[in-house]
Amino acid sequence: MPELYEQSTESLLSALNAGDLSSRTLTTACLDRIDQLNKKLNAFVSVNADAALAKADAVDKRRATGQTIGLLQGLPVGVKDNICQAGVATTCGSRMLHNYCPPYDAHVVEQLNAEDGVIVGQLNMDEFAMGSSTETSASGVTRNPWNPEHSPGGSSGGAAAAVAAGMVPLALGSDTGGSIRQPASFCGVVGMKPTYGRVSRFGLVAFASSLDQIGPFARDVHGAALLLQVISGHDTRDTTSVDSVVANYTGQFNQSLEGLRIGIVDEHYGEGLDDEVEAAVRRGIERLESAGATVKSVKLPHARYSVATYYLIAPSEASSNLARYDGIHYGHRTEDFNSRNDGLIDLYCRSRGEGFGAEVKRRIMLGTYALSAGYYDAYYLKALKVRRRIREDFDKAFAEVDIIAGPVAPTAAFRIGEKMNDPLAMYLSDIYTISANLAGIPGISVPCGLTTNGLPIGLQLQASTFSETTLLQAAAMAETSGDTIGVCPVA
Amino acid sequence: MSSPSYTVIIGLEVHTQLKTNSKLFCSCANEFNPDNPNTQTCPVCLGLPGALPVMNRHAFDLSLKTALALNCTIPHFTKWDRKQYYYPDLPKAYQISQFDLPFSENGWLEITNDEDGGPVRRINITRAHLEEDAGKNVHDESGQGGDSGVDLNRTGTPLLEIVSEPDLRSASEARRYLEEMRTLLLFIEVSDCNMQEGSLRCDANVNLHIHNEDGTTTATPIVELKNMNSFRNVEMAIDYEVKRQHSEFKKTGKTIDDSSKVTRGWDAERSVTFAQREKEDVSDYRFFPDPDLVPVVLTESEIEVVRRSLPETPAVKRDRFRTEHGLTEYDASVIIGQGPGITAYFEAVVFACGDGKIAVNWVTQDVLRDLNASESGVDDFPITSDLLGTLLKWITSERLTNKSAREVYAILKKRAVTGDEISVQDVETLAAEREIVRDTGALEAAIAAAIASRPDAVEDVKTGKLQAVGPMMGMVMKQVGGADPKEVRAMLISMIQDS
Repeated sequence: MPELYEQSTESLLSALNAGDLSSRTLTTACLDRIDQLNKKLNAFVSVNADAALAKADAVDKRRATGQTIGLLQGLPVGVKDNICQAGVATTCGSRMLHNYCPPYDAHVVEQLNAEDGVIVGQLNMDEFAMGSSTETSASGVTRNPWNPEHSPGGSSGGAAAAVAAGMVPLALGSDTGGSIRQPASFCGVVGMKPTYGRVSRFGLVAFASSLDQIGPFARDVHGAALLLQVISGHDTRDTTSVDSVVANYTGQFNQSLEGLRIGIVDEHYGEGLDDEVEAAVRRGIERLESAGATVKSVKLPHARYSVATYYLIAPSEASSNLARYDGIHYGHRTEDFNSRNDGLIDLYCRSRGEGFGAEVKRRIMLGTYALSAGYYDAYYLKALKVRRRIREDFDKAFAEVDIIAGPVAPTAAFRIGEKMNDPLAMYLSDIYTISANLAGIPGISVPCGLTTNGLPIGLQLQASTFSETTLLQAAAMAETSGDTIGVCPVA
Repeated sequence: MSSPSYTVIIGLEVHTQLKTNSKLFCSCANEFNPDNPNTQTCPVCLGLPGALPVMNRHAFDLSLKTALALNCTIPHFTKWDRKQYYYPDLPKAYQISQFDLPFSENGWLEITNDEDGGPVRRINITRAHLEEDAGKNVHDESGQGGDSGVDLNRTGTPLLEIVSEPDLRSASEARRYLEEMRTLLLFIEVSDCNMQEGSLRCDANVNLHIHNEDGTTTATPIVELKNMNSFRNVEMAIDYEVKRQHSEFKKTGKTIDDSSKVTRGWDAERSVTFAQREKEDVSDYRFFPDPDLVPVVLTESEIEVVRRSLPETPAVKRDRFRTEHGLTEYDASVIIGQGPGITAYFEAVVFACGDGKIAVNWVTQDVLRDLNASESGVDDFPITSDLLGTLLKWITSERLTNKSAREVYAILKKRAVTGDEISVQDVETLAAEREIVRDTGALEAAIAAAIASRPDAVEDVKTGKLQAVGPMMGMVMKQVGGADPKEVRAMLISMIQDS
């Protein structure tokens, strides 16, 4: 019998359902695991054991008395630190919000609670989700459980590391340019970015509103599908949330892939792609083919502009979204202020200067510049036009294929510190994931192999908007037909 | 003196808070409540991290209603933009507003410069757009340097900005435009238009076109006037600014090309304008489409529904009062200028008594005087339109003299003070007691009796001292309450002369 932290979502659920496992036992095991490993990995920034155990007990009690139990059946869940929970510090990995406790729950938190998820704590992230390595957090660096010298990826590095290390079976992250899929790839877990509008953003601290989307992390596709099921759906508090039916994502894995059309993009296999990653990804796609899918080439001619486009749109929106952190209403306010000599501008400048880290400042400056009078048309407006082209490329491609398969990131997990002084190299680690955010389509990262150094490699699958069901079916097939990457060797 | 050597150019920006239950992007109460700061707030209007705006459709419909009443074009697509600047009363550091694609444009409002009529001037409206109001910074007014506070109760209140073309040519014309705008907004029930509470605010852009001797024209720099909290202040500030700009031009010769728009505030105590912060310091608002809000797409039938909900506008009503009720332009303007309450009261009185001229005299003289004295609204006025209408019906049917009607009116007022309920029947009774007597037999008898009792006065009248009929008239009137004094006097004189 494998340890609880090694078991599949399905086996945990059936044990819970059969009464062979209590939510308290499982939650305690997770809390122990966090105790044991978090000092080393720094995946969680805060853990609320009392609240978690209380919730677990409540679920167990209801199960014992034969009452209805929500879809999550008392499974422990970690939540990225940019998702608001009432009364729980939500810091976004920033000094700016080190003392900030939201007075309300995010929509997804309400959904987790309603479906009997046991929220155990908040997960580390790059500051305001701006980064690809979870190195810019005010709460310190998160380490990759497969090799602590390496980054777990980012920005949802805490979530990926926690699931990989068995601290929690499920976690919520957010993905603005690859922040779920890239760390999932680096940590050898499943991570999915849903269609823009599938999950309400209400209560997700905004980075780039037109790109941000909350999504699930899990040990397996089943877990990701289950968690997506819980958080999906229309929410009138987010006008970009789409009012369309949520399919039964977990109930359709056994369907055959016969006839599934998979597209591969030649541009994916160019300069910068690591040989081992390429080989693993190609093997992954071949296995889907032998499981009955057909494979053909598709073109995404504007994909090469996606990084440039993204680094105009995302910082522009961020510069606006983060302007509210001004030291007046909440969050960090400078102590270096004397109302006799200093003016309002000094208060703003010092509070923001002290509260934000270097990467956040860089992006605020990029965005402020791009939106400035005289530059708006050349930068922001142009970027919106290219974005439309990128979306049209996908529309055309998805007329020919059901799934686009390729790498998640150009390399496996890089070393901590390796790219911190080279922002451009860091930005390019999202080169394969960014276009899905620009186009609003769903994407998923499924483990497809290990490097010779024992680091996980992810296969990315993408589908047209609201084709989550197809995407999850293909991902499940990739998972079962692929080489198992084995248990994460941490601890 | 020669004719003015310049033309005054004025454009107005009117901000009006819309009368909705809740704010523009959240469900907080939309109420003026400065005494309890920060009690009408939520994560959305506080701009807390993660909170998202949702458009209040009612606010949008009220805006549409206003724009349609202003004869604007309504595009089928409109969107929200962020206007970005830092200020403590703006918790998100951006205001959700509309930049390049407002929900309405190209309308007009007609005004007359002269209350007695005069030529109608059509003032063009550039656009009207919807935005959220900011909060309020509260400073220590004792001057002792206490902490400042921020009250966010007002944050997110739906605010409609109506921008006119620079079509206004004088301060008084600007005032007329504002009065007409206010009347319109009140009649279509979109705003309270209370300038003290800030639900109606106005900025004015003013400059001069100087007519040079060689026939060319030179424009002076545009000044944006702020801090004017009454229509009178707007008029005074513009008048002041016109003189100031003219003398400034004569002194410096500075033209519109030498200076960008500057902002000047109105100091009501000293009756001067003063220079405020240069606008260019903050002019880059870095507008961009708000990604949190989906654009608003309208169909023609949706617009039509709102158009059909529009009540009669003041302009149409004024015309109708002239043609239907025989009012003068002046009287129609006075009634309608008093707002929807008085206007409805007047119409009810006309309906009951059937005579617009009598109704307008009574409403503008007696009712308005009493309302002003009592400082209460027409809804609380004890002499309701039913009662007054009933009373005036006695006049229009020539059964009661104006004087008797005033007596009844005075009795009704007295009863109201003591809090007695007054019914239509009471009015009927009081009027009947004073009914004009058409029974000449009784009248003749009373006159004969009066003549018989005052032979001395009869002699005086016979010798031409007509004023001597007074005491006899008194006797007759006392005897026959509803008699028409004119008639009594004539009959007295003729009966004496015939005797």
